[in-house]
Amino acid sequence: MRLMTPLSHIRNFSIVAHIDHGKSTLADRLIQSTGTVQDRDMKEQLLDAMDIERERGITIKANTVRIDYTADNGEKYVLNLIDTPGHVDFAYEVSRSMRAVEGSLLVVDSTQGVEAQTLANVYQAIDADHEIVPVLNKIDLPASEPDRVREQIEDVIGIDAKDALLVSAKTGIGIHETLEAIVHRLPAPKGDAAAPLKAMLVDSWYDSYLGVVVLVRIMDGVLRKGDQIKMMQTGARYGVDRLGVFRPAMQPVDELGPGEIGFLTASIKQVRDTRVGDTITHEKKGADKPLPGFKPSIPVVFCGLFPVDSSEFEDMRDAIEKLALNDASFTFEMETSAALGFGFRCGFLGLLHLEVIRDRIEREYDIDLITTAPSVVYHVHMKDGEMRELHNPADMPDLTYVDHMEEPRIKATILVPDEYLGDVLKLCQDRRGIQQELTYAGSRAMVVYDLPLNEVVFDFYDRLKSVTKGYASFDYQVVGYREDNLVKMQILVNDEPVDALSTMVHRDRAETRGRAMVEKLKDLIPRHMFKIPIQAAIGGKVIARETLSAMRKDVTAKCYGGDATRKRKLLDKQKAGKKKMRQFGKVDIPQEAFINALKMDS
Amino acid sequence: MPVSAEDWQDGGFGLYIHWPFCEAKCPYCDFNSHVARRIDQDRWRRAYLAEIDRVADELPGRVLNTIFFGGGTPSLMDPDSVAAILTRIAQRWPMANDAEITLEANPGSVEAGRFRAFRAAGITRISMGIQALNDADLRRLGRIHSVDEAMAAFDIARGTFDRVSFDLIYARQDQTLADWKAELNQALTKAIDHISLYQLTIEDGTAFGDRYRLGKLRGLPDDDAAADMFDATAEICAAHGFERYEVSNHARPGSEARHNLIYWRYGDYAGIGPGAHGRITVSGRRYATETHRNPAAWLSAAERGTGESLREPLAGMEQAAEYAMMSLRIGEGMDIGRYARLAGQPLNAVALADLSEQGFVTERGGRVVVTGRGLPLLNAVTGQLLAD
Ligand SMILES: Nc1nc2c(ncn2[C@@H]2O[C@H](COP(=O)(O)OP(=O)(O)O)[C@@H](O)[C@H]2O)c(=O)[nH]1
Ligand SMILES: C[S@@+](CC[C@H](N)C(=O)[O-])C[C@H]1O[C@@H](n2cnc3c(N)ncnc32)[C@H](O)[C@@H]1O
Ligand code: SF4
Ligand SMILES: [Mg+2]
Repeated sequence: MRLMTPLSHIRNFSIVAHIDHGKSTLADRLIQSTGTVQDRDMKEQLLDAMDIERERGITIKANTVRIDYTADNGEKYVLNLIDTPGHVDFAYEVSRSMRAVEGSLLVVDSTQGVEAQTLANVYQAIDADHEIVPVLNKIDLPASEPDRVREQIEDVIGIDAKDALLVSAKTGIGIHETLEAIVHRLPAPKGDAAAPLKAMLVDSWYDSYLGVVVLVRIMDGVLRKGDQIKMMQTGARYGVDRLGVFRPAMQPVDELGPGEIGFLTASIKQVRDTRVGDTITHEKKGADKPLPGFKPSIPVVFCGLFPVDSSEFEDMRDAIEKLALNDASFTFEMETSAALGFGFRCGFLGLLHLEVIRDRIEREYDIDLITTAPSVVYHVHMKDGEMRELHNPADMPDLTYVDHMEEPRIKATILVPDEYLGDVLKLCQDRRGIQQELTYAGSRAMVVYDLPLNEVVFDFYDRLKSVTKGYASFDYQVVGYREDNLVKMQILVNDEPVDALSTMVHRDRAETRGRAMVEKLKDLIPRHMFKIPIQAAIGGKVIARETLSAMRKDVTAKCYGGDATRKRKLLDKQKAGKKKMRQFGKVDIPQEAFINALKMDS
Repeated sequence: MPVSAEDWQDGGFGLYIHWPFCEAKCPYCDFNSHVARRIDQDRWRRAYLAEIDRVADELPGRVLNTIFFGGGTPSLMDPDSVAAILTRIAQRWPMANDAEITLEANPGSVEAGRFRAFRAAGITRISMGIQALNDADLRRLGRIHSVDEAMAAFDIARGTFDRVSFDLIYARQDQTLADWKAELNQALTKAIDHISLYQLTIEDGTAFGDRYRLGKLRGLPDDDAAADMFDATAEICAAHGFERYEVSNHARPGSEARHNLIYWRYGDYAGIGPGAHGRITVSGRRYATETHRNPAAWLSAAERGTGESLREPLAGMEQAAEYAMMSLRIGEGMDIGRYARLAGQPLNAVALADLSEQGFVTERGGRVVVTGRGLPLLNAVTGQLLAD
């Protein structure tokens, strides 16, 4: 039994940082120094749960921890930290998490300065009306330049950094000051315990013991164990089985009041049954209006995933179904391809999301996959008035029945230091963008572009990062569909069409894209014993062509005495290498080729 | 019917003796060779003799066609040890009348006296690692001899032995096709009846391998240039009367290295010394054998009773694959019937037809022979022929 914490003694915050600036280390140190976790239970990077997150240094799901802190003034405070995903694919999840807290620590590596992700995330925090406390981290390093970075924060982000904290998350310098700043500089949450319940569904995931766990932030009212609740968007009703907080291990509580962050379980079967951003209220005497700003996350990028070894199809189905239980934003349906056999057509929030899911299937379930060209969802309007959603270029209907096609467009917002502005404008122009806004904020420009999503999904973000040396931030939202002159481009390898490489392109861009693709493929396909024509074609008309010349040399010069075993191993290696490829006629295409062929160099 | 019981007889029987020490380790070399401060020649000799006895007990009565002292640098062996080893071998096996007994030699400071002692011990053939015919390239290869020293050593060797071959490494850093043609023409004016010409191979775990991975081994010819050199090599050798009878080996007809032919014809060979490989048929079964690779480990294991570290029976399919990979390297090619007997199934006819249609192999007299067009692609050709 535990009493609700008064609002005045709660602080909810997140940490905003570019990758590797020390977000996880700082979180660990805050948790450790308040005795939330005993030293002997301390693992590095407590909050990054999944292997993939740890390896890539990215956070995919929101994580949270509740810290009890007795401040210098003798008062006891509850500090709730929500760790958020940092990548644009998960921008919507981030914006939800940000709305669940009132303040942010802006962590900047004082040896590096402000970088792209710092910006993308800090603007989200500003959007959510956060109070922001700048933290200059890694001041233990000789290369630390706190004065320069403080100035940069003021110039580039435009917030006051005079009182930035000087911290070393590694050695512990400034951790106490950080905790005091959280108490004294961040606002307490607002809320009314007497009002009808309004709790924001911040995130949800599957736990093998508890089933679906829902992370909530109570805005108004009080949530108690045993309450009958209702999800306002989906209309689903549940009884609350468990209520608790994270420290960071789960600890049960009997109630959660306004301003508090915790979890509930309620025999919800699948993560799919929950919607991030939904409002949870009581079934009876509930709130009449949900919290503003809900939008469902819908997959925008589709691709085919096929097992390299076709006998692993059933294992793959298993893996996909399990992953989908824990990720509502990922969709799948079975697909068959002449060349690749049985697989799945899957939908993702973006390319990173795609890569994460693919990596998890490959690693956690040990299944090698072939990934086909990612595609967005096109609207194909037929002459008979029917509209079909096209998720896969292979399903493109016969053109004689097609009236016109529409493609999804996005509104892209890019912040960039002015020295790179020209390169960014050129990139957007090259990708069929239409400029909508260009304004300056200090030495930074903000450009808003209307862009076709299909020009963005493959490698726009990588290109943007490279032309701006990482100093641009980028965010987008899908704004609707527009008609355009779209065609299906096929790739022929040794005169055979390779379906998995078909893409939809704008007619005006087809030559450039076709050329780029055949050139790429020429590098990606290993030389064979014969020469191989590689062509791009639109409806039978070849628009680009390269020839991969025949292999000239593949022979072991030395004889290595009588070491015949070594030779036999070479043959086995050859065979294993071939297994990682797919045969199209007489040509072996390595699995990476399918996705890499689409990345363009310019 | 145990079809493979006497299969080895198609290749003959030879003995390989490995000496694992060199004066300096060359940066490209991944042979089992080491630099040792002090070598107890007596102790090593006793170990070799014990191993000869062990192997002879198992394979009695065979006519021994060839012996090969390889390395490392076996020319650093005490000639007395070589003599003792050859004496013991002659006591244990009947030797063919014209047995070929080769010793690998480095062209360092070779004294004529030493070579005479090797000849007196019974060595009949020398294979000398000259590697390059200009001093700058020798230094880049990490060799510790000069061209002049190499030529002097070669002259001493040819004055002492009837059969002397030498090795060159080509497709070296910054070597052009024209450079190689000139060097090879020069080499062939020196060559007697046999020459080995190896394209430089960058091996993992060598100094060159490390530098290559870091992108610091510059100026290596690309595959196209290397292929041109490979083709030119056969042409130039032919013009001098040397036939390419194996991927990297060229000889006047009749002067082929018979020891290596045993490997390529997939005969039986016993391996003695650290890291030596063998293929031996015992009681009708064929085994792959290996000895301890580490010299000290081998030495003490041999003293305790056996230097062998691995003995593995080979399945028919494995033998067939090995036979194919070895025999397709040589001019006489692979006997299709012998392959099928080992494999227990015929050779892939579709692959064979496809390869021969593309001109990579020809079929004659029941044998598959890789053509001049196929040889530079031998690994791919073999791979296709043996694909499941
Ligand atoms: N020297 C030093 N290294 C730090 C400090 N904080 C974090 N690091 C190191 O910086 C790297 C990235 O830290 P991490 O917390 O994983 O960054 P994140 O990607 O923002 O979560 C790790 O190697 C940390 O050990 C610090 O204050 N001083
Ligand atoms: C086992 S070595 C022993 C010969 C002797 N120790 C010497 O170096 O003169 C046999 C031959 O293999 C060749 N060789 C060794 N390593 C090589 C490599 N990485 N690439 C090409 N040929 C190589 C050399 O021509 C060498 O002469
Ligand atoms: S190439 Fe010859 S001398 Fe050089 S390390 Fe190898 S075996 Fe020894
Ligand atoms: Mg982290």
